[in-house]
Amino acid sequence: MDFILRAPKRLLFHFGRYLLLMRNAFNRPEKWSMYWKEILRQMDDIGIGSIVIVVLISIFMGAVAAIQFIYQLDGQLIPKYYIGYIVRDLAIIESAPTITCLVLAGKVGSNMAAEIGGMRQKEHIDAMEIMGVNTAGYLIMPKVVAALVVIPMLVVFSAFVAILGGYIASVGSGELTGGEYLRGTRSFFLPNNVNMMFVKSLVFAFLLTTVSCYKGYFVKGGSVELGEASTQAVVYSNILILLADYIIAVILTG
Amino acid sequence: MIRAENIFKSFDETEVLKDISITFEAGKTNLIIGRSGAGKTVFLKLLVGLLQPTKGKIWYSDVDFTNLGKKEVRQIRMDVGMLFQGSALFDSLTTEENIRFPLDMFTKMTTKEKKDQVNRVLERVNLEGSNDKYPSEISGGMQKRVGIARSIVLNPKYLFCDEPNSGLDPKTALLIDELIADITYEKNITTVINTHDMNSVMGIGDNIALLHLGKLVWKGNKNEVMGSDNKLLQSFIFASPFLQRLRDAALSKG
Repeated sequence: MDFILRAPKRLLFHFGRYLLLMRNAFNRPEKWSMYWKEILRQMDDIGIGSIVIVVLISIFMGAVAAIQFIYQLDGQLIPKYYIGYIVRDLAIIESAPTITCLVLAGKVGSNMAAEIGGMRQKEHIDAMEIMGVNTAGYLIMPKVVAALVVIPMLVVFSAFVAILGGYIASVGSGELTGGEYLRGTRSFFLPNNVNMMFVKSLVFAFLLTTVSCYKGYFVKGGSVELGEASTQAVVYSNILILLADYIIAVILTG
Repeated sequence: MIRAENIFKSFDETEVLKDISITFEAGKTNLIIGRSGAGKTVFLKLLVGLLQPTKGKIWYSDVDFTNLGKKEVRQIRMDVGMLFQGSALFDSLTTEENIRFPLDMFTKMTTKEKKDQVNRVLERVNLEGSNDKYPSEISGGMQKRVGIARSIVLNPKYLFCDEPNSGLDPKTALLIDELIADITYEKNITTVINTHDMNSVMGIGDNIALLHLGKLVWKGNKNEVMGSDNKLLQSFIFASPFLQRLRDAALSKG
């Protein structure tokens, strides 16, 4: 019985502590200029530091999607230009926000957890606390704000690159002409899909940064625990992103 | 002046500190000594508010520090400096940036005023010209001095030092002790030093408190150590046969 109750108890404990941490993180900053400097640094880390990986995964996502659908639709009475339409919507609705954020949770999230966890272990956080700094605010808020600004931009960029990847694969393989693919990408466009992409990218950005910062902020022990915290940051972020993806899909398409 | 009143601290079932009452005077070096596991670090963390006592009160002058909100605690911490065992310098910042951090965060000084203040404290700890060096580029003793410089840059009323000599050679340890004592007398700071270094005890121990298994078992000053008949104190200070022979020789000469 005790074993059955332990898991929900732990979940409630972590959820409560997460909420309290977030409340502290979004308190009024001691000095805006210091926070602003940190936000810019984080934007550079998250944005510029992730462009290469985003380009790589996006171009292959688009290319593979195009090739797969060419194969699936082969011999059926569906116009070929539909490939462009499918790749575009797949990129905008799902692959750009979700896959990009899952990858960013691995790259950016683990980095944040390790950075903050390392500061906890080296007593940097204690040192700041004793100076009078709101450490939750100074260490977490700039990361969240930077992610909320930069990650939607990366997602838009990812969608564009994925569509380009689809073009390269389908036109390059000789299955479609450039004109057919472009006609597909301009057909049946629903602006609401773009809204959905932005909602997803904002929610996922918030989840991946706050969960990772939470795991890093409360790390205890040594390097093994730091490694575990970093791994858990990625795993929990990914689970929550997928869960949120489902909920947003239900709400925004219902 | 800082006063601890009937302090108890437990972690789960383990009682780490038991009924400690002590006053730390301004303008004096107040040493907390004891063997590893005696509860020194926990007591120091309680004094600076990184931990909360299970029972008891801590007074900063006439302010009950244990009964304050987060904002008031941060206000008091503006008057607190702390030197950590591992120095806790921010690795990615230079010496100057490390020392300037509290000035950047809490003051409205101009860039030139901050630079002058940083140079003043660097000169005070005999590290002129080290402004652009990173923590990894300087020795352990220099890191401690940078830590001291950072902790006094805002002219604190209270200075806490957690094992300032650990990991240093005896000569450098002596210099650090002298530096802390000189700064204490110059600025009339209430300094609390956590140490198990016998040289510190005999060199700068204006007030000494011995903790043993979480209890305060002896209070006195460096001049009273030799003549004390407290067995715990004697076995702690004169732990080695060499030191015991020295003590016996000194006592036999009167």
